[in-house]
Amino acid sequence: MNAVASYNFAYLDEQTKRMIRRAILKAIAIPGYQVPFSSREMPMPYGWGTGGVQVTASIIGPDDVLKVIDQGADDTTNAVSIRAFFAKVAQVATTTHTADATIIQTRHRIPEKALGEGQILVYQVPIPEPLRFLEPRETETRKMHALEEYGLMHVKLYEDIARHGRIATTYAYPVKVEGRYVMDPSPTPKFDNPKMHMSAALQLFGAGREHRIYAVPPWTEVVSLDFEDHPFEIQHFEEPCALCGAEQVYLDEVILNDRGGHMYVCSDTDNCEERREAGHVGSLGVKEAAE
Amino acid sequence: MSHDLSNQEPLLRVEGLTKYYGARLGCADVNFELWPGEVLAIVGESGSGKTTLLNSLSATLEPTSGRTLYRMRDEQWRNIYELSEAERRFLVRTDWGFVHQNPADGLRMTVSAGANVGERLMAVGDRNYGHIRETALDWLGRVEIAADRIDDQPRSFSGGMRQRLQIARNLVTGPRLVFMDEPTGGLDVSVQARLLDLLRGLVGELGLAAIVVTHDLAVARLLSHRMMVMKDGRVIEAGLTDRVLDDPREPYTQLLVSSILQV
Amino acid sequence: MYVAVKGGEAAIANAHALLADRRRGDRSVPALRLDQVVEQLGLAVDRAMGEGSLYDKELAALALLQARGDLIEAIFLVRAYRTTLPRFGYSQPIDTAAMLIERRISATFKDLPGGQMLGPTFDYTHRLLDPSIVGDDVAAPITREAEAEQAPRVTDLLGRQGLMEPDGETGPDHEVGDLTREPLDFPLNRDLRLQALARGDEGFLLALGYSTQRGYGRTHPFVGEIRIGEVEVEFDVPELGFAVSLGRVKVTECQMVNQFKGSAKVPPQFTRGYGLVFGQAERKAMAMSLVDRALRAREFGEDIVAPAQDEEFVISHSDNVQATGFVEHLKLPHYVDFQAELDLIRRMRAEHDAANLKEAAE
Repeated sequence: MNAVASYNFAYLDEQTKRMIRRAILKAIAIPGYQVPFSSREMPMPYGWGTGGVQVTASIIGPDDVLKVIDQGADDTTNAVSIRAFFAKVAQVATTTHTADATIIQTRHRIPEKALGEGQILVYQVPIPEPLRFLEPRETETRKMHALEEYGLMHVKLYEDIARHGRIATTYAYPVKVEGRYVMDPSPTPKFDNPKMHMSAALQLFGAGREHRIYAVPPWTEVVSLDFEDHPFEIQHFEEPCALCGAEQVYLDEVILNDRGGHMYVCSDTDNCEERREAGHVGSLGVKEAAE
Repeated sequence: MSHDLSNQEPLLRVEGLTKYYGARLGCADVNFELWPGEVLAIVGESGSGKTTLLNSLSATLEPTSGRTLYRMRDEQWRNIYELSEAERRFLVRTDWGFVHQNPADGLRMTVSAGANVGERLMAVGDRNYGHIRETALDWLGRVEIAADRIDDQPRSFSGGMRQRLQIARNLVTGPRLVFMDEPTGGLDVSVQARLLDLLRGLVGELGLAAIVVTHDLAVARLLSHRMMVMKDGRVIEAGLTDRVLDDPREPYTQLLVSSILQV
Repeated sequence: MYVAVKGGEAAIANAHALLADRRRGDRSVPALRLDQVVEQLGLAVDRAMGEGSLYDKELAALALLQARGDLIEAIFLVRAYRTTLPRFGYSQPIDTAAMLIERRISATFKDLPGGQMLGPTFDYTHRLLDPSIVGDDVAAPITREAEAEQAPRVTDLLGRQGLMEPDGETGPDHEVGDLTREPLDFPLNRDLRLQALARGDEGFLLALGYSTQRGYGRTHPFVGEIRIGEVEVEFDVPELGFAVSLGRVKVTECQMVNQFKGSAKVPPQFTRGYGLVFGQAERKAMAMSLVDRALRAREFGEDIVAPAQDEEFVISHSDNVQATGFVEHLKLPHYVDFQAELDLIRRMRAEHDAANLKEAAE
């Protein structure tokens, strides 16, 4: 009753894993389509990555190398907790290096470094239905997907422009996959949307509480919704990372004092560390050699 | 009110339409044809079956028996009850319109007037914000809503404005057939007159075919070319509007007409 | 120089050590044993078993102890354990008519075959705090023989006269669903709905049931019968060709009798709302039966106008393990998304200020 050893490899029983793998295969076959699956209770709360954890648990093998990030960082508490979980129940090797990982489970970010063939990115998804806040009923949204009735999605974008002069959706920005299904990319900043397009990696999305799995196979078209005269654009930062000097990456704002002082640092901690090791220094950083 | 005489075929053909609710009759054995640009009024008291008929004609209800054939834009005649759901929904949001008695049933009350008008355009693939907005502005003008209300939600509109917005929202895709359920019900008399005027102008100008359900013979007189009188689920008299109102043949119609004239 | 916050791992370990310490509390106070929890906090154990969907008093007691008495946390622990257990098969339906009854009441008949039996109830106690229960007491235990008398279900008595709708028939080809194995697909059949309600949050169902009484989807309920007691669980063993008993579980069953309903084909008859919960959980079973009846609105062609009648709304939000997870996930870091919003709002404010300046200058 108490020993972790009495749990199966990667926690889930094989029957459950097979069920989830079938859902994953179906999801890959119909890019962007939300496949219902019988989500299990996991030993972490719903909303804390149970969907991603179930997907990872179903695809992971003893030779895999796992990286887990939350907000782009390997050392945020929930990332640490999920990594420790798999280290314990699957005894797999873990890494913080994006390039070394075969499976990367993520919440809210896509790594800056382009992913390669053979890598799998597993997203934790809170609300998989992109139409949910326009239409709360599952029976109705299902019909809208089936009939490709996506006009309502543009109504929301229209309202943004009418009210704010621009599309004010900054994260969980809806995309159309392979010209068919409108999909929620999970609450990643829209900065990351272009990375999903024609990615060499397999992208899997797991929503545990909502019982849905969906996927973007490698080399698939992922287009962010927009208007011809208000094209999709990503965030731009005024200054580079204060630690490694990187530009064209997503930055976190860090408040330094109560007088409005702040700095920007890489959200992707692994990318930042690698750059610093390679000798890049930002305005507030120090050379690695000096440490 | 100009009839489009160049169009030599009807738009809608209704054959033996019957709807039962369990053992209770909704409407029975309704037959008629509707021509392009023609406005047909269905009149009767509440419970006469006119709303059941309208909902069956607009494919909101499935009838118990009978057919409603519609000449699609590609000139194919289709029984609307045999369309797939995808085809039906497409038809409903492009070639048809439905004006509800209560505008809240036909509008999105929490999005702006502009988006309410623009939604059907976006639904059929318009992806140019400037064009959508321009079209919305044009339509707001045509239904006499000031341009500076374009970003306001219909919640802040008066009943008459809401009804006009609902009309604009329906007409923006250039439908050929519009269903109206008591379009002026619930409005003040002075507001009704203005709306009827507007509707008559638009229907004539666009050459729309329309089926209008009303219990108000004045609405029928003003809007329609032809009318059908319903009682207990059956059509008891049909003909040109002026003929039916000026020279009703059925005793029931005579009663209806005289009771209106008394007021 | 700035050093990014590190050491999530150490922080987590320290927090868990502290949790373990606080859970145990003052070491000079004896530690609770599981049997003490089972015996003296029995209704908490029952609730953890019911909403945890696992009938095991010891495990539920352990979960309660480990959760420091936090019921939803305990339910979560039980569920997370349950989900890893292999599935051997499904038992026969339990027969509540053959229950060894400990409590049985009906609000619809003064007397009835088998009689009314109050049993161990809080009803009619005066809610006065009683310090005398603290400490060991010497009163002799009460043992009561299980009643041998037949106590047919009130709904069956009504049913025999045709006054009550038949118990829901699922049809010969209908296989009873299992919401722990298959994803829910709305609209649901009543079997899955009842499963979801049986493990649903007591507080949520109580509030919904209450709302139907206050006019949000009225069902005009009468408590036909509440019975609490032990029933036999039988399992079909194909090799043996007959069912064997696996043991007994205590359950609470509530059958609500609701306003009659008729149509051209069916003569007027009462309709039912059903509640069945592990252990002694009367409030939950009653609330469940109210909500079950309210959710049958579609079946009876009633207007769906109230939250308690809305199946997607009720079932999607009744599971407290799901609810607590998603509400509590808001404390996880969201700074990436917040950064995006921060950036946008700054930009928009700057534009707003610039526009105002320009206007002022003109």
